Amino acid sequence: MLILHCPYCGVDAEETELHAGGEAHLKRFGPGSSDEEFEGYLFHRENPKGVHFERWRHVNGCGKWFHAARCTNTLEVFGTYSAQVFEPPQELQDKISAKRPGWEWRDLKGSDQ
Amino acid sequence: MSTRLSTGGRLLNKDKQVRFAFNGKQFHGFEGDTLASALLANDQMLVGRSFKYHRPRGIVASGAEEPNALVGLGLGAKFEPNQRATTTELFDGLNCSSQNHWPSLEFDIGAVNNKLARFFPAGFYYKTFMAPRAAWKHVFEPIVRQSAGLGRVPKDRDADRYEHFYAFFDVAVIGGGVAGLQAALAAAEAGAKVLLMEQTAHWGGRAPVDGGTVEGEKVDDFIDATVAKLQAMENVTLRTRMMGAGVYDHGYLTGYERLTDHTPDQDGPRHRLWRIRASQIVTATGAIERPLSFAGNDIPGVMLAGAMRDYIVNYGVSSGDRVVVVTNNDDAYRTAFTLKRHGLEVPVILDARPEGGGKLAELAREQGFRVENGKAISKVKGGKRVTGVAICTQAGEGAVLEEITCDAVAMSGGWSPVVHLWSHCGGKLTWDEAQAHFRPDPNRPPLGAEGQGFVKVAGAANGEFDLGAILKDATEAGLSAVTAAGLKPKSKAEAPAGETLAEANPAAVWLMPQGAGPALRMKAFLDYQNDVKVSDVMLAAQEGYESVEHTKRYTTLGMATDQGKLSNINGLATLAHSLNVDIPQVGTTTFRPPYTPISMGAIAGEARAETFQPLRRTPMHDWHEEQNAFFEPVGHWRRPYCYPRQGESHAEAVSREINQTRAALGLLDASTLGKIIVKGPDAGRFLDMMYTNMMSTLKPGKCRYGLMCNENGFLIDDGVVARIDEDTFLCHTTTGGADRIHGHMEEWLQTEWWDWKVYTANVTEQYAQIAVVGPKAREVLEKLGGMEVSKDGLKFMEWADGELAGIPVRAYRISFSGELSYEIAVPASLGRALWDKLLEAGAEFNVMPYGTEALHVMRAEKGFIMIGDETDGTVIPQDLGLNWAISKKKEDFLGKRAQLRSHMADPNRWKLVGLETLDGAVLPDGAYVPASGNNANGQRNTQGRVTSTYHSPTLGKGIAMALVHNGPDRMGEVLEIPGTDGTIYKARICDPVFYDKDGEKQNV
Repeated sequence: MLILHCPYCGVDAEETELHAGGEAHLKRFGPGSSDEEFEGYLFHRENPKGVHFERWRHVNGCGKWFHAARCTNTLEVFGTYSAQVFEPPQELQDKISAKRPGWEWRDLKGSDQ
Repeated sequence: MSTRLSTGGRLLNKDKQVRFAFNGKQFHGFEGDTLASALLANDQMLVGRSFKYHRPRGIVASGAEEPNALVGLGLGAKFEPNQRATTTELFDGLNCSSQNHWPSLEFDIGAVNNKLARFFPAGFYYKTFMAPRAAWKHVFEPIVRQSAGLGRVPKDRDADRYEHFYAFFDVAVIGGGVAGLQAALAAAEAGAKVLLMEQTAHWGGRAPVDGGTVEGEKVDDFIDATVAKLQAMENVTLRTRMMGAGVYDHGYLTGYERLTDHTPDQDGPRHRLWRIRASQIVTATGAIERPLSFAGNDIPGVMLAGAMRDYIVNYGVSSGDRVVVVTNNDDAYRTAFTLKRHGLEVPVILDARPEGGGKLAELAREQGFRVENGKAISKVKGGKRVTGVAICTQAGEGAVLEEITCDAVAMSGGWSPVVHLWSHCGGKLTWDEAQAHFRPDPNRPPLGAEGQGFVKVAGAANGEFDLGAILKDATEAGLSAVTAAGLKPKSKAEAPAGETLAEANPAAVWLMPQGAGPALRMKAFLDYQNDVKVSDVMLAAQEGYESVEHTKRYTTLGMATDQGKLSNINGLATLAHSLNVDIPQVGTTTFRPPYTPISMGAIAGEARAETFQPLRRTPMHDWHEEQNAFFEPVGHWRRPYCYPRQGESHAEAVSREINQTRAALGLLDASTLGKIIVKGPDAGRFLDMMYTNMMSTLKPGKCRYGLMCNENGFLIDDGVVARIDEDTFLCHTTTGGADRIHGHMEEWLQTEWWDWKVYTANVTEQYAQIAVVGPKAREVLEKLGGMEVSKDGLKFMEWADGELAGIPVRAYRISFSGELSYEIAVPASLGRALWDKLLEAGAEFNVMPYGTEALHVMRAEKGFIMIGDETDGTVIPQDLGLNWAISKKKEDFLGKRAQLRSHMADPNRWKLVGLETLDGAVLPDGAYVPASGNNANGQRNTQGRVTSTYHSPTLGKGIAMALVHNGPDRMGEVLEIPGTDGTIYKARICDPVFYDKDGEKQNV
């Protein structure tokens, strides 16, 4: 059972307190978008074995959504961060690069070092 | 004969006799016995029948790994199937029965399967699926159903109590043998908060049976001293009868504590499930002895050598008078010594190793045992009991050299470390060629949140079998766990010096003799519980099963209650041999928690009956109960379905409630409706995105019915929105949808439009709400007095704050029934007071409180949709003729883009219509409307389905709503709708609004 740190209320919360919300940093496509764009937004998801960015909600706690960066393979958690950003903070990306050199996720690329 | 000895029995209290019953026969045992040892003491070697062939099965092991001795334990509400006799402590009055036989254990009809064994090969079930369809339906399925399952399912509700317990430790040690004790001591002395758990009732594990010395003293003394030291330490928690059940992500560990299984009359919970968070876990779980695969190795009387030793030393029970020992390792010699020491006969020790054993073997020869190197058992003779063995050379094909009479066989195929808990959360294994076993790979432990290993292994579980090495290994594991937990060790323990006789390496013996032909292989069992033989695994390999996981499922090797604790290694070695690959290449099946089955009660804990989930009660709930309302669950609420009176059926009550509401006055407790406040300068803009309608144009004081879709375009909720002021809206949701819709709003606010100035609050429970419905609704409110409720003073779809009978209220003039109707919201604490006032004032109109069924029927009469009836997650508002509630002006709302997708805009989608039966009958719920022809799967085509169906007391006939292909264009057409009972219903397509289409009733 995972433990994630809620960046809003500061609690290290167990999975029973949390609600998984799927992939992070999706860009919404609405009316006016092409079928391909909308299909991608609605259905296409990453399924990495390794570094992944996800949305979680501290549902049985402060109720806030946040983001988590973790390894789907080893369950290592690299960090959690605000839901109100378009991509992971650089500091966190660097931290992941140190542990998983050369990681890639969608358009993001970690450094080799 | 198995019998009680005059010597041995270190765990027994021979002063205290205990009575118990097995299959209705009365037996005696002693306090301290397990059920297995007591059965053996009474010469009850035969304890069950195997799963497939119903072969006689005897006790094989002495611990949690026992595959055969499973009993149904207890009676009535205390009955539990599949309990292992070896881990069941005997108590006075214990009542148990054996399983999987008919009519009796001694004489079993199903044993005919045994004679037909060659027709039940590996993958038998799967092969039956391939037979002609008729054969499966009429021959195989009835047989498989009849014979499936071992124990009986309990019939009564569990009479016992269970609980959960949450606990936090620096280091949790699993296993209270020498290794566990020493690891716990090392960690505790270094300052860590330590939990040590042992699954049996006794500390020390196998050491008191196997012997050895620590610092020159008997190992028993070391165990006592260490337990005493640990008990005296404040930072240590000790628990016996507690099994480490499972290791999960990020250091989550479950412990299964059996509190009163051995004293069933004691008060308190029976089992306690510990939900533990530990920084570090040390598994000191020991090892399990493997059987040897020779023909007849399943005949009662063939036992694991270590188990036979346990029964003598721990319980003073011999498994036979004359025992042949067969082994591929040194440890089994200890059993020979023990047998001899207690006056029993060992005619021969068969050591499969051509070069023989080490010091223990030497000692055996010195003591005058007949030891035969390179020899094996060709087959065991006997039926329900061993009568003798035929000896051959291990290297050959089984030609019999000699036959020896005996009544028991002690076998040892080597020891496998218990790696289950290490493996549960991803710890990897390494194959130890010399010891011929898998053990944990210290470089690939299960990983925690920081990417650190969080499990250490100590002792035999780590592949250490020498007492000195075990103590060293355990000390290191305990200390390194403390450091890994992030603590600075206060002191560094030194491992005490332990000594046992050094053992020579075992030989890998996977089949005995190694060249055994088909006839012998067909009698050499790998899995006793599931009747899987060497020949089955070889057949699976021959049929192309290369993966050990597939082979497991195909042959049933390692399934069911024991999950292959005895059979796994032998099975995968056989598979590797058949595939001509190395054992590590085949690998193991996945180890999944729990280690042994735990009770369903322990998993549920306190969550049963009233405490299963919280019950939400409206302020009027007590009144409903006083009226003997018939309740139905709606979310966590219980809502009155109807209020039946003396002698009235539910249907009659519902009709009465509807008729009186439509004729005069009805009351509905609508408090459960979701109420969400959406507030802020951007609230209107936000609700324009949430609802398909335009909400930002709603004027304060007005209400609007709104639809909510998800981003896929599907309708997820509906309800009336009231604009309270410029910045504030109150959104009503469905009863079941309140929390979900509030979460849905928050998700979009927090993750998409986080810069919009809006907040939301779910105030569902802050307000009670009462629907006052019927032609007399206005009159009764005027009677209470205090606010304007006239036709023009409070118009349809308006709301106003005011006072009724001195109670502050907010009155919404909205209607879900088609009648003149007001929904009155009051602070929850005043809900019951207003309800009582309305009942009092309404008495002269014969006021009729009504339940959810009347509500449903009345809304259906009006053609109003219900979320969950007309919608099922695949329905869009356009399907329901609700285009009027979808804004064409708005550029965007959730679901708009999706509703433009080709499938959503397809004119062939099923659309909402009404149905009226020609003879007035009520259509069956959920019935499908068939169309002509078949689809690609050969199934009948369909053209629609019934979504709601009721008897309408207002119209005196059955009415229904349905989604039908091109429905709105087919008015008047008669459809034929089959019921599940063969009846064909005829129903005419009509307008879904059955009652007061022009809304004259509500608009007065």
